[in-house]
Amino acid sequence: MEFFLVQLLNGISYGLLLFMLSSGLTIVFSLMGVLNFAHASFYMLGAYFAYQVSTVLGFWAGLVVAPLLVGLVGMAVERYGLRQVHKHGHVAELLFTFGLAYLIEEAVHLIWGRSALEYRVPPELDGPIFQIMGSPYPMYRTFMMLVSVAMLVSIWLALTRTRIGLVIQAALSHPETVEALGHNVPRVFMLVFGGGAALAGLAGVIGGAAFVTDPGMAVSVGPIVFVIVVVGGMGSLAGAFVASLLIGCLQNFSISLDWSLAGLFSWFGWMVGPDTPLWSLWNVKLSQAAPVLPYLLMVLMLIFRPKGLMGTREG
Amino acid sequence: MSTLRYRPLDLGRWIVWGATALLFALAPLMSDASFVLTLLSQMGILIIFALSYNMLLGQGGMLSFGHAVYSGLGAYFTVHALNLVGKGAFWFPVTLLPLVGGLAGLAFGLIFGYVTTKKSGTTFAMISLGIGEMVYACVLMFPAFFGGEGGISTNRVVGEPVLGLTYGPALQVYYLIAAWAFVSMAAMFALTQTPLGRMANAVRDNPERAEFVGYNTQRVRYLQMCLSAFFAGVAGGLSCINYEIVSAENVSALRSGGVLIATFIGGVGLFFGPILGAIVFTLFAIALSGFTKAWLLYLGLFFLAMVLYAPGGLAWLIAIQIPVLRARRFSELLWPYALALAAGLMLLCGLIGAVEMIYHLSLESAEESVIALAGLEVDVRALPSWLAVGALLAAGGVAMRHASRFVSARWHAIQQDIQRGAA
Amino acid sequence: MNGAAAIELLDVRKQFGATRIIQGVNLSVRQGERLAIIGPNGAGKSTLFNLISGRFPLTSGRIRLNGQDITGLPPYRINRLGLSRSFQVTNIFHRMSVYENIRCGVLWSLGYKYSFWHPVNRLRDVQRRAEETMERIGLARRRNVQAGVLSYAEQRALEIGITIAGGAEVILLDEPTAGMSRTETAQAVELIRTVTEGKTLIMVEHDMGVVFGLADRISVLVYGEVIATDTPEAVRANPAVQEAYLGGMHKEAAA
Ligand SMILES: Nc1ncnc2c1ncn2[C@@H]1O[C@H](COP(=O)(O)OP(=O)(O)O)[C@@H](O)[C@H]1O
Ligand SMILES: [Mg+2]
Repeated sequence: MEFFLVQLLNGISYGLLLFMLSSGLTIVFSLMGVLNFAHASFYMLGAYFAYQVSTVLGFWAGLVVAPLLVGLVGMAVERYGLRQVHKHGHVAELLFTFGLAYLIEEAVHLIWGRSALEYRVPPELDGPIFQIMGSPYPMYRTFMMLVSVAMLVSIWLALTRTRIGLVIQAALSHPETVEALGHNVPRVFMLVFGGGAALAGLAGVIGGAAFVTDPGMAVSVGPIVFVIVVVGGMGSLAGAFVASLLIGCLQNFSISLDWSLAGLFSWFGWMVGPDTPLWSLWNVKLSQAAPVLPYLLMVLMLIFRPKGLMGTREG
Repeated sequence: MSTLRYRPLDLGRWIVWGATALLFALAPLMSDASFVLTLLSQMGILIIFALSYNMLLGQGGMLSFGHAVYSGLGAYFTVHALNLVGKGAFWFPVTLLPLVGGLAGLAFGLIFGYVTTKKSGTTFAMISLGIGEMVYACVLMFPAFFGGEGGISTNRVVGEPVLGLTYGPALQVYYLIAAWAFVSMAAMFALTQTPLGRMANAVRDNPERAEFVGYNTQRVRYLQMCLSAFFAGVAGGLSCINYEIVSAENVSALRSGGVLIATFIGGVGLFFGPILGAIVFTLFAIALSGFTKAWLLYLGLFFLAMVLYAPGGLAWLIAIQIPVLRARRFSELLWPYALALAAGLMLLCGLIGAVEMIYHLSLESAEESVIALAGLEVDVRALPSWLAVGALLAAGGVAMRHASRFVSARWHAIQQDIQRGAA
Repeated sequence: MNGAAAIELLDVRKQFGATRIIQGVNLSVRQGERLAIIGPNGAGKSTLFNLISGRFPLTSGRIRLNGQDITGLPPYRINRLGLSRSFQVTNIFHRMSVYENIRCGVLWSLGYKYSFWHPVNRLRDVQRRAEETMERIGLARRRNVQAGVLSYAEQRALEIGITIAGGAEVILLDEPTAGMSRTETAQAVELIRTVTEGKTLIMVEHDMGVVFGLADRISVLVYGEVIATDTPEAVRANPAVQEAYLGGMHKEAAA
């Protein structure tokens, strides 16, 4: 029970972090039709910028400054890159962001080197905050959740209370009407793209400190975020939210369980041992299979419910 | 009349294919250096892989981020077949072993393709990425079959030599690769000229209309995908024979990204584009990686520049010169081209200077602050070096702006004349 | 076989969200007949075509093609059963040549399906049919031109060419002359008349001259309902039609 609660909380905090990433990706996708392959690279940039800032001004300055910087980078990318390839269609845009992801990773190699950075949780957030049935729960995890929820609320306010928010909402439900809204569409695009990048940057700041800040962090989280968008349903914010939590929990639970199919079989009374055909398949522990599960979920979703959890559009 | 029209075209085709075969046969004579042979073998494999990738991207409009799945799994099955032959479990000529890779690729194409080709466009791209990640994770999960991180090594010199071919010497391996590359090339070209090949183009251009002339677009994409996976598997089989090792890297996202970049740089719109791309990419990878650790950065920049300014790739850049050459107007472009080239070189020098200097600074090499760039001693901690690099970049940028205006003005004038002449 | 129904619509309905666009259409078109569908903009004519050809699913009702139920079939299955359509907004393969466009319309009907073993340039029957079709739509001389750079009228002709190339027995044309000049329209009407000789034709058309010249019968669609189906003369004289449609047209023209 205690194990369950701790894992659940960890799953939720990780899921919320994933939602910080997938929400930006979803909004940009719905509004502009651009699937930003470099989205996870902005996540990585957030962590690196925050590290750089924190070496001079401390963690809290990094928390504020780094997402803003990443947002600026995002706006520049939209203005000087994406807008140019827009006329060649969505595949060209995707290729552009793919190249960009490649480039950002190499630039990070170039500037910060290939090994992980010493970017750590600040001392004031280190240590336990409360006890769950006798075992301590880390303060930083709680802080992660707080930031994510604060961000969730601000996204929601921005979507419902501002003019740009209304444009975005209209775009989410009726993508074809964006052009007709009479706003300065290129400017809206630039701001939204920058905003999405800043969100990813923020996720990078807190995720980088919680997990690891190294040049592989974009590649390790990027595909998961894409899976979330597919599983949630392309262009659905609510779907992305549910899928983020789902995958966050799935990953946290699976890495700590050593169930296997062989165990399941023996539970039914079928004995399988090393001589059984395909033994290595039956004997895989859930914890070993953890990296595959999100993708498996995606494949199953595509076969049985191609629209995704809450999608309305056929891709 | 219509039969007559095809005769000269057929003749041209014979010449092109003959020349290609000759090129493959004579290429190793260029030099005795062993790295040339390594380079050529790698090119041959990548040519097949890139052409098979272009069956998706260029011909079917499917942008895949997971094509290494098919070549990689093809390679794994080939390595097991080769090892079994080595143990004497059964007899199979090494010459035909890439076929095993191809069939494995085809089999996985049939399985995974069924899922990925349910969608097209952006969603297809995402799913292909997901499948790629899934297979990569699986490869690490089953070390018994895939050999874990270290992979599986093999020895290609097995069994009785057939027709005297042992595949011990690298030259024999090169000719094996060349022969397979040539046959695959011809087969993939022939495929573009079949009903399925033509309809793959139609589905790429306008999937909706294709449905209203009787074609199930999903089925067209699926079949195209399976055939493409077959050739990817052949490329994987050849790489297994060439390197005598297959590891998780063979199915990695890095490989998938590499073939995408190679194909795109070469040009997706023309059949020979990916061949060009494979050659350029291999040169980049082998030649440049020896000089600088930042070669991937240069490759990325080159790729982005192509996406932004020449989305048709190198093949397209070459092809659009042909009408100008025909109209005998190319000489008017020489001067603008030369200027653009000079400006480009200036930009490139500035860029290389900046990249190499930053790289040096970050490489925690505190002791040494002087590096050699193009024969010059450059102190990366001195202001003048940075000023020089900055000046090069700025001047190159300005020059490039002017040169590109000059080129495009001349270009448009010539195009207009050509069109007026045709009308 | 004249007399048997080529197309039958039984109480066909279509809603987009809560909006009812097609509200219970019943229609029967005999084999070999030419039916024109007229009606004001937004009446649902194109939507009706989209339902018949399988582009949209029906909300309710049945559709039969030559007696066979085709409700809910995907477009390619319906096409294989011998129904072919054109689009109001030109819908061609822009990056392919005229010849290749037409060939796309031919391949399935001659049984080549998804073949990846026939070299397409050696298929004499495909070649003959494609050349013939190009001849008929008057684009033989533009054979190797990329479809995207054709003039508007030529693209409309190509649209019809792709539609008829497969030799379907039932042809649906959605505003084939929209946006054409007088002379172009006259040519297009001649083209339509010859290429649909002996076939069942359903067409949406705004130009009354075209409609009265070509059609055996006319259906008037208003707000998703067929208010009359009759011979051209009878429709012209029908007071309800005049009220709902022709009168409206005059008012529109006056405004
Ligand atoms: N895919 C769609 N989604 C929602 N509404 C549609 C769709 N297609 C058509 N409509 C609506 O249906 C009505 C009829 O359109 P249409 O069939 O194109 O009219 P017509 O061809 O008679 O001019 C219009 O009001 C149009 O807005
Ligand atoms: Mg209409």
